[in-house]
Amino acid sequence: MRIDETPQDHIRTLGGETKALYVLDDDGRYTTARTTGWEVEEIVLNQVIEDFQAKAEEARRRVRAGETSPIEYYMYKNWMDPLTLAQAMGLFRWQVRRHFRPAVFARLSEARLRAYARLFHIDVQMLKTLKEDP
Amino acid sequence: MDSVAPFPHRQYAHCESGVVAALLTHYGLAISEPMVFGISGGLTFAYIPFIKITNLPIISYRMFPHAIIQGIQKRLGIRFRTHTYRDPARAHGELVTLLSEGRVVGLQTSVYWLPYFPDEMRFQFNAHNLIVYGMEDGQFLVSDPIADHLVRIAPADLENARFAKGTLAPRGFLYYPERVPSSIAMEEPIRKAIRKTAQMMLYAPVPLIGVKGIRTLAGRIERLRRHPDQRYVRNFLGHIVRMQEEIGTGGGGFRVMYAAFLQEAGETLGLPVLKEASLRMTEAGDLWRTFALACARACKRKGEPVDFTAIANLARQCADFEQQVFRMLRRIE
Repeated sequence: MRIDETPQDHIRTLGGETKALYVLDDDGRYTTARTTGWEVEEIVLNQVIEDFQAKAEEARRRVRAGETSPIEYYMYKNWMDPLTLAQAMGLFRWQVRRHFRPAVFARLSEARLRAYARLFHIDVQMLKTLKEDP
Repeated sequence: MDSVAPFPHRQYAHCESGVVAALLTHYGLAISEPMVFGISGGLTFAYIPFIKITNLPIISYRMFPHAIIQGIQKRLGIRFRTHTYRDPARAHGELVTLLSEGRVVGLQTSVYWLPYFPDEMRFQFNAHNLIVYGMEDGQFLVSDPIADHLVRIAPADLENARFAKGTLAPRGFLYYPERVPSSIAMEEPIRKAIRKTAQMMLYAPVPLIGVKGIRTLAGRIERLRRHPDQRYVRNFLGHIVRMQEEIGTGGGGFRVMYAAFLQEAGETLGLPVLKEASLRMTEAGDLWRTFALACARACKRKGEPVDFTAIANLARQCADFEQQVFRMLRRIE
C-alpha cells in the first residue's frame, strides 16, 4: 500500500483516535502513516458488537421473565461469553452458568456479587436490579 | 519525582514490537519496529481449529505473546529483566521504585481495564503491552505504543489491568532491558531470523502452520458454503478479519511490517534478493487486505449469497505469494 492509499475512513470504533500503519512513500521506502481507520475494521467490529447486543437483549428479556440472572445480561453487555467471564472471574464455567439461575443468584454472597459488579464496572445494586445508566 | 522528562513518544503498529523497539531505543540502541519484529521472528500464520475463543478457532498472523521479547533476547544477546507477581501491592511498590531510579519499563496489561481505550475496543484481551516512564500527581505516565499521544493512568486502573484474570493473564508482568550496547552487528541475527521464519512458513510439520495453514483455512472457508447456521458463518468470517486486524495493526499489518523489515534488512546486508522479497511481501500484504475486504462484505450482507470459493481463492493466492517470498529467503547467504 502506498502512502496516498492510507485509509482515512474516520471509523467510530476508534473513538477519534488514530493508528499507525506501514506504507510505501513516493520513493518506494517504508514509512509509517497515521490512519483514522479502515471501513473493514469497523464492519467486522460492529458485526461482533451487534451479535453481543442481540444476545444481551435476549438475556434482558429472560431476566424479566425470571429465566436467568442479570449476570448473563451484563456478561454479553461487556462482550464476554460464559468461558471468558469464568476466566475473568477466576471461576469454572459451570459455576458461572449456575449463577445464571435466578434462585442461585439470589443466594450469592455479597463478596461474589461485588466481584461481578467490579468486573462489569457497575455497583452491586445495579447488578441486582438490571437498572442501567441511572 | 515531580517533574519527569517527557518521553519521546512514537506511535507503532503493534504493541509488543513497539514496546521492545521503544525500550531498546530509550536504553541506547536505536532500532526500528520492523527490525525488532523481523529479528525476533514475530511473523507466522497459525490456524488452530481445536482451541477456541468464544467458540471460534484461533487464527494468528503472528507468534504468541512474549515471543518478540524472547526472540530479541536470543538473537541480539540482550538480556531483559522480567518479573511476574502474585501480590499487586508488591508489583506496585517495585514499579514505583524502578521509576524513581529513572527506569522506563514495559508492562503487560488487559485492554478491558485501560480507561483510555475506546469503549468499542475494550475486549477481554490480556496481552497488550505498554510503557510506563514516570509518575506525576499520583498517576502513572504511560507511553502506549499504539496510541497517538502520551496518556496517564490511575494506579487502581493500572492494577486492574496488570492483574486481570483469564487466558494469557499478565500476572503483573514487567520487563526492561539490562545493559544495552549502543551498536550491535545485525547481519548474522538478521540472516538467522529470516532462515528460521522461512523454514517455519514453508516446512511446518503440521498443515495448520505457515503457508499450509493458510491453505487449510482456505479450504475451511470454502466449506462454509454448506454450513447451516448463517450467524456462525458471519461470525467466522468477521473473526478471521478481526484476528488479522487485531488491535493496532491494519489489514495484513504483520505482512506489511515484515516487508518493511525485509527492505531494511536488504540495505543492512546489501542483498538484492531481500529487496525483491520485500516487494513480493508488500503484494502479499495488499492481497491480505483484498481478502479482508471480501470477508467483511460477506459478513455485512445478511441473507445474500456469498461466493465462498472466491474468498477462499484469495486466501490461496496469499499463500502462493508467501510461499514465493519464503522460497527466495530460505537460502540467503
